[in-house]
Amino acid sequence: MEYLPKFQLFRPLSVEQAAALYAENDGARFLAGGTDMIVNMRRGIETPAALIDLSQIPELGDIHEENDGMRIGAAVTLEQLAAHAAIARDYPAVAEAAAAIAGPTHRAYGTVGGNLCLDTRCIFYNQSEWWRSSNAYCLKHRGEICHVAPGGQACFAAYSGDLAPALLVHDARIELIGPERRRDIPLGDFFRDDGMDHLAIEKGEILASVMLPKASAGAPSAYAKSRIRGAIDFPVAGLAALLTLRGGGIEKLRIALTAVNPRPLVVDGTDAFNGAEVNDNMLDKLAELASSQAKPMTTTTVSPWYRRRVIGALARRLVARLAEIE
Amino acid sequence: MTTPINLTVNGRRRQDMVPDNMLLVDYLRETIGLTGTKIGCDGGECGACTVLVAGDPRHACLTLAVGCDGLDVETVEGLTTSGRLSAIQRGFHEKLGAQCGFCTPGMIMAAEGLLRRNASPSEQDIRAAMASNICRCTGYVKIIESVQFAAKALAK
Repeated sequence: MEYLPKFQLFRPLSVEQAAALYAENDGARFLAGGTDMIVNMRRGIETPAALIDLSQIPELGDIHEENDGMRIGAAVTLEQLAAHAAIARDYPAVAEAAAAIAGPTHRAYGTVGGNLCLDTRCIFYNQSEWWRSSNAYCLKHRGEICHVAPGGQACFAAYSGDLAPALLVHDARIELIGPERRRDIPLGDFFRDDGMDHLAIEKGEILASVMLPKASAGAPSAYAKSRIRGAIDFPVAGLAALLTLRGGGIEKLRIALTAVNPRPLVVDGTDAFNGAEVNDNMLDKLAELASSQAKPMTTTTVSPWYRRRVIGALARRLVARLAEIE
Repeated sequence: MTTPINLTVNGRRRQDMVPDNMLLVDYLRETIGLTGTKIGCDGGECGACTVLVAGDPRHACLTLAVGCDGLDVETVEGLTTSGRLSAIQRGFHEKLGAQCGFCTPGMIMAAEGLLRRNASPSEQDIRAAMASNICRCTGYVKIIESVQFAAKALAK
């Protein structure tokens, strides 16, 4: 029997109640599905004094259409998102990414908000207590050095959420509700390039929902990932692509990466392909551009060299598929 | 801190005071004595602890017992009625779906969840629905045959 450390559990019924409970309880953390948080607690990485369960809040639990797009509540499960017909039709990369997260049991209760806020991952961090203690811990938790880059004071744990790149190519925005204000920001502004502190969220703020804009509905998009076990794993490299064509040339091309940097990353410089035809030469240049912006470190059992190659190959494969020229 | 919960476990209503930090798997095994549900890994990787909560498969080792307040929880012990094995249990028995048996309760509950949603799953459907469950003996072929046996038995 392996009890969790002691904590007090709260199950609020509204976002306002949740925010108030957070303010009243030092050392509180939010809990949704628990597929990341409870694991980290069992491993001794997280030791919250209180857990605030967001799964009972009705307003966080649905997907609905609004004037300017589709709003997805943060407590919507990954299974619900993957199975939503309008999302699959208008934002295919998002449905593909949701269906590719973990395994079916995890998707039945893991949530959209939880996947977006997923803690960064590294072979020296997301491990059992005995394994971490035998390495004298690491910079991100309890230790003094980063075993991946021992010379520096930076943490390179990789952001490994699958939804973020798919939402980024569709220009998603997120709604954050804090104790004093509600704000709406581009999803890209939610992440920092720091494995130790990768979410630009203020203390007490709750990620309430994601908005997929109408302007990007129907644009062909796709998501693919490479993982060690095809049926269940986190990505070792993941890529989302969105492509629209006009008169035989590229009108809009967006690529976003995951699992190769401490943050999900929109590839810079794809506008240079506007007007170009999708052909072998163009795909070679795109693969080069995407892999050059992936900066994987030795945070997985798979080598950084291979993961950069995978990013190039996925960029090529997905854009060829979207242009239907395979 | 403890919190009162009202729930049903295998169809029986229960009322218990449980510690806030108690996992569903410990509630099932230690409080109620239902030791069919197994603890295999340290975090949702193996699926041995799979039970059904409100009809959906769930890792009992990543679920707080208090989180099941008001819900129906089903474990492998709840499948047998009047001393007769259910279709999925007969499938694992007839097709030798269990080797060492440790993953079997989780496999059976994941398969039970699948068969309730999809009474005639293809082999691909079975593989996809049971991807969260790992068998260290690697007897996957017999496990798939066990689920197919159960689907056929249910169709009769």
